Amino acid sequence: MRQLCKGNVAVVKAAILAGCRSYYGYPITPASEIAEYSALLIPQVGGTFLQAESEVSAINMVYGAAAAGKRVMTASSGPGVSLMQEGISYLAGAELPCVIVDVVRGGPGLGNIAPEQSDYFCAVKGGGHGCYRNIVLAPASVQEMADLTVLAFELADKYRNPAFLLTDGFVGQMMEPLELEVKDVKEYEKAWAVRGTAETRQNFVSSIQLEPDALEAHVRKLEAKYKACEAAEIRYETYMAEDADVLLVGYGIVSRILRSTIDQARAQGLKVGLFRPITLWPYPSKALAEAASKCQKVMVVELSTGQMVEDVRLAVNGAVPVEFYGRVGGNVPSVEEIYAELCSRVAAMV
Amino acid sequence: MSEFQILHEKSPVFYDVYERKSEMQHQTHYCPGCGHGVAHKLIAEALAELGLQDRAIVVSPVGCSVFAYYYFDTGNVQAAHGRAPAAATALKRSNPESIVISYQGDGDLAAIGTAEIVHAANRGENICVFFVNNSIYGMTGGQMAPTTLVGQVSTTTPWGRRANNEGFPLHVSEMLATLEAPAYIERVALSNAKNVMKARKAIRKALENQKNGNGFSLVEILSPCPTILKMDPVVTRHWVDETLTAAFPLGVYRDKKAEIPVVLPPQKSVEAVVGISAKPAATLEERAARHAHTRELSIKIAGFGGQGVLLLGQLIAEMGLREHMEVSWLPSYGPEMRSGSAHCHVNLSHERIGSPLITRPQVIMAMNEISLRKFASTLAPGGLIIYNRDKLPEGFTAENARIVCVPASEIADGLGSAKVANVVMLGALLEETECLPPETVVQVLKDTVRNEKMLALDMKALEAGRMYVHSKVQVGAVSGPDGFSY
Repeated sequence: MRQLCKGNVAVVKAAILAGCRSYYGYPITPASEIAEYSALLIPQVGGTFLQAESEVSAINMVYGAAAAGKRVMTASSGPGVSLMQEGISYLAGAELPCVIVDVVRGGPGLGNIAPEQSDYFCAVKGGGHGCYRNIVLAPASVQEMADLTVLAFELADKYRNPAFLLTDGFVGQMMEPLELEVKDVKEYEKAWAVRGTAETRQNFVSSIQLEPDALEAHVRKLEAKYKACEAAEIRYETYMAEDADVLLVGYGIVSRILRSTIDQARAQGLKVGLFRPITLWPYPSKALAEAASKCQKVMVVELSTGQMVEDVRLAVNGAVPVEFYGRVGGNVPSVEEIYAELCSRVAAMV
Repeated sequence: MSEFQILHEKSPVFYDVYERKSEMQHQTHYCPGCGHGVAHKLIAEALAELGLQDRAIVVSPVGCSVFAYYYFDTGNVQAAHGRAPAAATALKRSNPESIVISYQGDGDLAAIGTAEIVHAANRGENICVFFVNNSIYGMTGGQMAPTTLVGQVSTTTPWGRRANNEGFPLHVSEMLATLEAPAYIERVALSNAKNVMKARKAIRKALENQKNGNGFSLVEILSPCPTILKMDPVVTRHWVDETLTAAFPLGVYRDKKAEIPVVLPPQKSVEAVVGISAKPAATLEERAARHAHTRELSIKIAGFGGQGVLLLGQLIAEMGLREHMEVSWLPSYGPEMRSGSAHCHVNLSHERIGSPLITRPQVIMAMNEISLRKFASTLAPGGLIIYNRDKLPEGFTAENARIVCVPASEIADGLGSAKVANVVMLGALLEETECLPPETVVQVLKDTVRNEKMLALDMKALEAGRMYVHSKVQVGAVSGPDGFSY
């Protein structure tokens, strides 16, 4: 049965369906509903919700719960995610699975509470110290907030790695129809977990490797794991990209606006298509390069001054020109605005 | 059995061979005369005596004791600097049967981790914290700790700690003893045989507390650090006994079983909690057949916070959903709760919705004049404005718009509650556009409004809004450049 549901609430419900019974977090707009609904719902199914004293503490509680073998989640936004970065580096170093939801707001600093996509770097490029990667999924609808939350838990366990749901104030705050079903969520054996039992007594969770050779071996092992993830977990979506002269690239809420822009452009006879990465890491570079190779121009639209565009440029590798259009501060470009940008850039192209 | 069992061999809680260490290291990694070895031994012995080895998880901190996992044949987790109490909290809550030990030094616990220890103690987490206070940063080479004494020289207090610059030593046990939740707090010292026996007893008591579910226990252990204090081991022990103990008095600061009431929420099935019903989802064909009778619309609703703007949008979206349409509801959200501006975007569509953000609405429902003036110019050509007044404001024009003026707030007041002005507006929308079937609207109100009195009022408001528009319809009316009102 379809229910009208807020994006942030969909995350919590999907997490419960995915077997998550542990939530540790600290409230921040526009992610607070995730904490609120976790507090309301998770204890009713026998789970743990705890509001930590800070994001620093919250992410280290996530570390503890993950070390204990639990499916665990936290959620935050911009300034809070900055505070969590130390812990995320430790989670990655200790190979602990967890799901971190970042409902991005305007930055830097306190910024504002309106939607942006300016946490791309800190989710996709690491953010904390050391050579590590987060798995990063970017939902564009309430339904995807749920579906990708379930996927995030599975991928986190599969790769023993933190997985991000990178979304924004719009997708988090909007309501749309949501269809949920009880799924058989894949369980992963966690023989490595430290549970305080005779069977797990020998287990040890840590990210410290004092010997240079040992640490190098560990980092190389992580690197191999990331390569395997890159080979298997790429997800993206295209819309009218087959015969497009101009390829629009955007993720999350922007991809929705681009879809409407494309409908408008096509009605005017402009051959425009969409490439929408769903996994921001691993990034669908090959697929994007291939889609771009059939076009004359690529235009990236983001709610930032240009973060993902760097990955697009790397993927396209100079084969076609890459334009960028971004709005920040919580300003979300309208279809009309993007269409006008598109027309002026297409005109420049011809 | 006497209270203490005399052991003449290594506790079985220690590994026989420290294989996690580099093979080049034949000793423990602690310096001769260091207190960590003694503290470890007391913990290992107590765990063995209490039969807790299989259940124990030692959370080691950042500092010299980061390598506690070399020695303890228990579950081991290494935490970030200062964060051991947070990690321990979740380890314990994840497996309540486990015995979780947070082992921390003074830099870890009393400087970078003050927030974590205060809040873990304040929650009364059923964990044990063994807090080793040697008045100095050992692992990093002798910098000032929060526990460094006034006048004490360290590499970062080369002229001695000056209270006017670095403040006074932090008295953790005393501080935590002011909280309600902790069960047991004692300060002991590894300074002489008698004090070591007291420390042994305290450590055992803390572990027993956890085993019995008594709550948070912390044992502060004053400990010698000969290498960094640059004293020989015997002299250091004397220094701890005299100087350190003078500043940090030994003794029990708290000993009571925490009386923390347990309140559990009602337990439900996953299906009930996430809202899954047995009713199967409608097929695409069924959906198409239903929503063919419903109009596709993009609606912007705007007014003051408190006028029910966001709720009205949600109701319309829910009604569209019941008609098997694609719907979206997007709010403006701000830090203001009441009286700030509020608006939302509602799409009802037969197709997948692209942008949920409406920049050219087909319908604007303006709950106040500010909203009317702010958004009227964005209306799609030929669109509809429903305005919450009996006439347009002086001098207001909107080209190519159909305007329906409905004094919804007045009508609502007349019905007995200003709260239902939004439903009067809804009635007007339905009468004017016939966008949704009446039975769906009524059903959604019935399902949404739980309070019977309020529901009755809402039904009246809906009807009043409808009737107002119905009775004012002027057949053949043509809109002028300033719009027209019924």
